[in-house]
Amino acid sequence: MLLRHTHKEIRDRSALTTNPAKTCQPVGALYAALGVHRCLPHSHGSQGCCAYHRSMLTRHTKEPVMAATSSFTEGASVFGGMANLTQAIENIFALYDPDVVAVHTTCLSEVIGDDIPQIVKSATDAGKIPEGKTVIHANTPSFVGSHITGFANMTKALVEYFAEPGTVPADRINVIPGFVEPADMAELKHLAAEMGVESLLFPDTSGVLDAPMTGRHEFYPEGGVRVEDLRTVGGSRATLALGAWASAPAAEALEKKAQVPFEVLDTPIGLLATDRFVDALRRVGKVEVTASVTRERGRLVDLLADMSQYFYGKKVALVGDPDPLIPLTEFCLTLDMKPVHVVTGTPGKRFEERVRGLLGEAGVEGNVAQASDMFHFHQLIKNEPVDLIIGNTYCKYIARDEGIPLVRHGFPVLDRVGHQFFPTVGYRGAMRLAEKILDAFLDRIDREPDEAAFELVL
Amino acid sequence: MASEAPRPEDTKRVITEAYPSKAARKRAKQIVVNAPPDTEGFRPQILSNTRTTPGVITQRGCSYAGCKGVILGPVRDILTITHGPVGCGFYSWLTRRNQTRPPSEDAPNYMPYALMTDMQENDIVFGGEKKLRKAIREAYEIFRPKAIAIAATCPVGLIGDDIHAVARDMKEELGINVFAFSCEGYKGVSQSAGHHIANNGIFQHVVGTQDEPPEGRFRINLLGEYNIGGDAFEIERILERCGITLVSTFSGNASYDQFARAHMADLNAVMCHRSINYMAEMTEEKYGIPWIKVNFIGAEATAKSLRKIAQYFGVPELIDGVERVIAEEMPAVRAVIDEIRPRTGGKTAMLFVGGSRAHHYQELFREIGMRTVAAGYEFGHRDDYEGRKVLPFIKVDADSRNIEELDVEPDPEQYRPRKTADELEALRAQGLDFGEYEGLMADMEVGSLVIDDITHHETERLIELYRPDVFCAGIKEKYVIQKHGIPMKQLHNYDYHGPYAGFRGAIRFYREIDRMVNTRIWRHVTPPWAEKPQPEVLRQAS
Ligand code: SF4
Ligand code: SF4
Repeated sequence: MLLRHTHKEIRDRSALTTNPAKTCQPVGALYAALGVHRCLPHSHGSQGCCAYHRSMLTRHTKEPVMAATSSFTEGASVFGGMANLTQAIENIFALYDPDVVAVHTTCLSEVIGDDIPQIVKSATDAGKIPEGKTVIHANTPSFVGSHITGFANMTKALVEYFAEPGTVPADRINVIPGFVEPADMAELKHLAAEMGVESLLFPDTSGVLDAPMTGRHEFYPEGGVRVEDLRTVGGSRATLALGAWASAPAAEALEKKAQVPFEVLDTPIGLLATDRFVDALRRVGKVEVTASVTRERGRLVDLLADMSQYFYGKKVALVGDPDPLIPLTEFCLTLDMKPVHVVTGTPGKRFEERVRGLLGEAGVEGNVAQASDMFHFHQLIKNEPVDLIIGNTYCKYIARDEGIPLVRHGFPVLDRVGHQFFPTVGYRGAMRLAEKILDAFLDRIDREPDEAAFELVL
Repeated sequence: MASEAPRPEDTKRVITEAYPSKAARKRAKQIVVNAPPDTEGFRPQILSNTRTTPGVITQRGCSYAGCKGVILGPVRDILTITHGPVGCGFYSWLTRRNQTRPPSEDAPNYMPYALMTDMQENDIVFGGEKKLRKAIREAYEIFRPKAIAIAATCPVGLIGDDIHAVARDMKEELGINVFAFSCEGYKGVSQSAGHHIANNGIFQHVVGTQDEPPEGRFRINLLGEYNIGGDAFEIERILERCGITLVSTFSGNASYDQFARAHMADLNAVMCHRSINYMAEMTEEKYGIPWIKVNFIGAEATAKSLRKIAQYFGVPELIDGVERVIAEEMPAVRAVIDEIRPRTGGKTAMLFVGGSRAHHYQELFREIGMRTVAAGYEFGHRDDYEGRKVLPFIKVDADSRNIEELDVEPDPEQYRPRKTADELEALRAQGLDFGEYEGLMADMEVGSLVIDDITHHETERLIELYRPDVFCAGIKEKYVIQKHGIPMKQLHNYDYHGPYAGFRGAIRFYREIDRMVNTRIWRHVTPPWAEKPQPEVLRQAS
């Protein structure tokens, strides 16, 4: 048993987190910043944080993840990080020539209380920021929220720094995708385009963190939202913010700054959440749903209906980030599965309410927890075993110990590939998710010991 | 490799000229063209263990990573609690591929667990000691460990939580060993500071606390081996075959009791000099155990290291045993070298990693006929490059001064010199060096490039100029190198592969490098049409 010290008996813990189901803000901020074309993320603090964040994102995406750091030593911790950041800005523009440097803070610089805008202002006054280049920032203290909060904060910073109140109302719709994979971002653009809706996605890591191999490393790959486009998001007709945790703050900021109305939707994972996204595109974009999108939907429903016997009644345990977990829970219910444990590490009471609501409507009894950890998640499974776990790579220890199939989803996925390239949002994404769940169940059936019951056909 | 390799001096100029002048001046001192030693045996001087320049993209991590990740990471039964916000503890959770083999199904193994206080805003504002105490109690209730370690992260040092006082109190309250490490990430300039802090802590709080000597006549400790991908398992296998008793490994496949009994060994064999040389020094001072530098990376190096150990004990039975094992293991190694060398010979490698690996792995490449044209450390000090003879000349700066140096004296009860001065002298006369390390430069070709704390910018220029056949570094560098169409081997973590230590490890590494430099996919990076832009005329049917 790998997790041999995890026992069934659940004791109260109020101070100790064991095997967290979340991580810290800057990694989310870094990921969001990479979704801007020619942007170099910069971590203001000791270099260790940046090394960890780059390593984790690299392992997850299997792609180069660039970011610079202020490389604090003890001196900076005492005297403040101004000298380090100023020097960093100078070196960054000389060496890497980005259009944007996106600074995020770390716990250390937050505790010191470094005032980033003030440091940037004095660097600007001293002529250290070349003409036409921008240094933006987000405060990302990790003693608040999680990596999702960091993603939300940097996305909000994009609005605060770049958006201008729109003078000409355009037909365009802003889409804020949330902390999803590059492939998911591409899929969201596909759906909008298919519907004939002009959309602007930000941040957008597609094309950046799924860059092709060409024999040359492009420091700034083709993808990412362009700065000139970000400047115009204030002129869009509306914003669709996907995921209340990761995307709503930026949409709210944009409404405040440029009066762009917004709707907060769930991340379009699964049939119903995708339906709501498509319907929102239709309503807000003032278009009809095209036959091609309806066909995509129809294929998904066809697959699910054909295979329903394998899903029906299966118990599932889910762990991950709040935005994807809500529609994932809903999707499981759509498939007649029973999500009996749903756990997120990110704090947020609304999460419990939403998930309980979904379970209640479906008449499923389940455990729901926020600001919790994987130790607790595992204990729940020990007390009520399940047929399937959906969660990130760290779940593999639980899956092995308990002999339960695992479908990897969320952040981070360190030991499998595909998540960068194949979406799990939209109808096509739902087909892939269903396929993965089905494979997990069918592989299990095929491994059953009774040879007489080993059969060729479904 | 490009047909004409650039001159190293030109390379140095090309890669530093993009920096603003201040940064360029500093980098120039960290990039050295290797030269023969001068008349007194000194190599060219390299600036190292110095601050990373802000804004340059670096390979380095922090002190916490060195302490919690590197040194404590592979210890299965010390329960380590990270005191700080969630991230640091999260990232150091299972990401280093340290393997371990607990002796039984129910023996403690905390390695798959990440424990932390997950400090929230309130703890930062009002102090986190209370939460830490509570967390330790909660952890004790669940795990019942024999020892608990506390590792501090940046914000903890800054708000001034007294983790050592908490450790003392909890030690009293729980009746188990509890100790703390002030390894905040901003200490020092790299992971190296954290290794030092961790080793000091283990030395003070654990080593020497259990006195039962393990059975066996030839007892050694292995220092600076972390059991990445099972390396320590292979070394353990070989030592056992030779009849050598391993008292402890710092800290691969390690346990608390092994550390506690480490002073019962008669020799310390040091693998990664950088991460642990002070532990060897302190053990010698306090307990009288001499140390020698060994290297179990590379088959020849392994044989040489085994011979050194046998020579130290000087017992014919052991010397013969070692020779027999070498004779039995080597044919398989040679067979693979003979098979592979035609495919790897003459190819080039670059290694930028760690604080000894960039040295040790050159041996493996040499064995299959590959040349290392550039190498350097992520967190080395001058002695790792130039050898320990420069130690008296290294200036201690502010960033090193804040890492505690322990004052160690012979232990009144436990000090026992393992060899008399005369015996040591006699062994030295036979060529066995004690407490010596010649450094990386001594083993690199004249004219090769030695680069400390290489930056991303320099990495890319090097790749473009030399196009080596294989590049070794860490995960952050991996995909950058591969986008250039050059295979990249992670040497911190081996890409889910290994072990590479010892004889069997060497074979595995040769085969891996053979695979890497010959994998077909690299030939297809450029699409066929890129080379023939003109449309071809289809043949007409006649
Ligand atoms: S939790 Fe804070 S100190 Fe730790 S890695 Fe994250 S930002 Fe850095
Ligand atoms: S050589 Fe690598 S593993 Fe050793 S301490 Fe050194 S980094 Fe770590």
